[in-house]
Amino acid sequence: MSHLIPSSILPLVVPVLCAVVIVLVLPLLAGYIVLVERKVMAGMQARLGPMRVGPHGLLQPIADALKLVLKEDIIPARADKVMFWLAPLVSVTMALLAYSALPIGPAFQIADLNVGLLFIVAVSSLGIYGIVLGGWASNSHYSLLGAMRSAAQLVSYETAGGLALASVLLLAGSLSMKDIVQAQLDQGIWFAFYVPFGFFIYLVASIAETNRAPFDLPEADSEIVAGYMTEYSGFRWSLYFLAEYANMIIVAGIATTLFLGGWLRPLARYRDHFPGTSVELLDAVPPLLALAVALYCFHLAPKQPVKIQKLVMAGAGGACAVVALALAGALFAPASVMQGVHGAFWFLLKVFTYIYAFMWFRFTFPRYRFDQLMRLGWRFLIPLALVNVIGVGIAIVLREQFDWNPFLSLVPTTLATLGVAMWLVNDDAPAAAANLEATIAQSGDGE
Amino acid sequence: MKAERETAAFGNAQNVETTVLGADEIILNMGPQHPSTHGVLRVKLRLDGERVVDSECIIGYLHRGVEKIAEHRSYQQFAPYVDRMDYVAAVSNGLGYCEAVEKLLGAEAPLRARVVRTILTELQRIASHLLWLGTHALDIGALTPIFYAFREREEILKIFEKYCGARLTTHAFRIGGLQYETYDTFERDVKRFCDDLGRKIDEYETLLTANRIWLGRTRGVGVLSAADAIALGVTGPALRASGVKWDVRKAMPYAAYDRYEFDIPTRDSGDTYDRYSVRIEEMRQSRRICLQAVEDIPGGPIMARIGKVLKPPPGEVYHSVEGPKGELGYYIVSDGTIQPYRVRVRPPSFLNLQAFQRMAKGAMIADVVAIIGSIDIVLGEVDR
Repeated sequence: MSHLIPSSILPLVVPVLCAVVIVLVLPLLAGYIVLVERKVMAGMQARLGPMRVGPHGLLQPIADALKLVLKEDIIPARADKVMFWLAPLVSVTMALLAYSALPIGPAFQIADLNVGLLFIVAVSSLGIYGIVLGGWASNSHYSLLGAMRSAAQLVSYETAGGLALASVLLLAGSLSMKDIVQAQLDQGIWFAFYVPFGFFIYLVASIAETNRAPFDLPEADSEIVAGYMTEYSGFRWSLYFLAEYANMIIVAGIATTLFLGGWLRPLARYRDHFPGTSVELLDAVPPLLALAVALYCFHLAPKQPVKIQKLVMAGAGGACAVVALALAGALFAPASVMQGVHGAFWFLLKVFTYIYAFMWFRFTFPRYRFDQLMRLGWRFLIPLALVNVIGVGIAIVLREQFDWNPFLSLVPTTLATLGVAMWLVNDDAPAAAANLEATIAQSGDGE
Repeated sequence: MKAERETAAFGNAQNVETTVLGADEIILNMGPQHPSTHGVLRVKLRLDGERVVDSECIIGYLHRGVEKIAEHRSYQQFAPYVDRMDYVAAVSNGLGYCEAVEKLLGAEAPLRARVVRTILTELQRIASHLLWLGTHALDIGALTPIFYAFREREEILKIFEKYCGARLTTHAFRIGGLQYETYDTFERDVKRFCDDLGRKIDEYETLLTANRIWLGRTRGVGVLSAADAIALGVTGPALRASGVKWDVRKAMPYAAYDRYEFDIPTRDSGDTYDRYSVRIEEMRQSRRICLQAVEDIPGGPIMARIGKVLKPPPGEVYHSVEGPKGELGYYIVSDGTIQPYRVRVRPPSFLNLQAFQRMAKGAMIADVVAIIGSIDIVLGEVDR
């Protein structure tokens, strides 16, 4: 087939295909993450969640998407029409653009940039323009407040998150996403265990950057209605929604790549084989997992109340079985195919685990107030991230100049950061108490 | 053409009253349609960035003229209307009204009726506090407690439903006593619910009480001093959180409260956290009352002999009960006919809401919803 395509565009074929797949699949994926989120929420809140559209609500995302597309398109009369039209596009474009450098397994990557991480971080923070413009163009106070909150919050937490990423860059010595994963394979450990505080800071900062609870101030529904999206509805609203969930996957992807070993299997260096074959023992886990899900779906299928729901549930089980077959088949394929398929599986599993943590926090914690959010960012996370980066630098000097054991050299760093964290937390308490005193005194003056 | 249409849609811009604003102040209308103003409260906020410079509550969107209706109904006919004031605590409203009319008649409900009334009213207090807990936590961003709170509230509503057929606007009591005997498993249901509730309240507390974010959002927010609270006529949990030990159940016992042991929880600093903590403790105390009462419900009639046509002698009466939100009073004037000459209600939500402006001064937008939630208002009662 390759002789049909001019050699000048041949290198573009696979990336373009990947790009098309991502643009097509991502909205669907976002829709199903919403469904999972609603199910997780329901589970935590002692109820069932969506149950009506399809078995266990499996078709709910499609119904929702249809509803949103068919809704009336409303632009407020006094809005800035051009900006109002443009803003969600900016958000969603930037969110999608960031995927171009994200490696989903060793084989699926649109472009392996040598500054991949910088590119992703830069592009995904451009998405804030969409939020600020949308909030401003709506010509509504709630939207404006949401946009202001969002701008301040993103600037503050990008700093802390960026510093946390810097600690990994020092360890990996590269900005290319692929090389960072390779470094974790070579050093034999996921960086989350090397720099636990870097991971923690990035976890907090990434929740704040994606405007998720407990940092969901820009769209705090009980305070400013829906923040910057207040005036948006229908398809435009769904673009913002898509951007939000796409950003969630992006930050989860960054965290997975930098801290959780990317597409590497857990215990990637344990390479025992099944006797007599070239199949590694642990590579049997993904197909078995997928098979277990498929069997569970088949088990549920006859219990569905309506015939069509039985069919859809069986279909879901069939899809999982196909995935299981593909994963099993990959074991006997050439090494590059096998690495690509299983890498994608592990990468996505880690990404979804990270996103599950987001959901878990969302349904557990109350929301921060704006000043508290700023205090947490500037007075806790940023100093902590600075100490962490300096500590990692010292550890690398110890390792390279004095031949310390790499793992041992990072222990003092972690302990020092832990100490600073404890001190910062305790330092915070008297300040809050003083604040309380001041408020009480102030209210007394009011008489 | 388009401009004309826009002018038509927004009204004549010249006639809108304009206020001179500082360069960086904006006016934000919160409500009457807003997710966390608990109904149709409208709050006009003058904001400097996120800070509230001044605020004004605008009410009346749910005014139905309940007090005026009373003048055209017989005493019994008006009783169901009071359920529609504080519609999440209908039983308490009914108790206040029935006892006020009984006082006017010079009659008293039999002991058995008073004990059953006490049990149902305390269950209603728990239900009202549960609803408050869920919505208050939701306002502050905790999405989960509301479902736990509703789960328990549902059990209470089931007991009401079994008792009188209605869940929300129950009309559970009659002037002179009760219309219905308790159903067969009433004691067992109440006891089972109360036994469970202690553990459930602990569960809510693990989610909120010691949570750093929750503390940060409620400590020192919306502080109301005891002097201010008394001057503004604040009653109920909000008053007790400011350190004033005032509870009508103890001060002027009614129904059968003098038969049971319970404490009045108070706190000192009068902030949002203290109001939260007082209400949590009140649920425990209400549970205690229910458990004591249900152990030993005396026998006897459930209705006093007051006749079918109520014609109280001319005169006036004021009777108040401790509703879940504060002191709920009824002032009734009789002119000797079957219809009251005037019924005036002292609604706790209305008076407590007065304190909002004082509490919100200097707070942030996020605090505004926390403060509104901590006052625990029901607009049906504020506007009547």
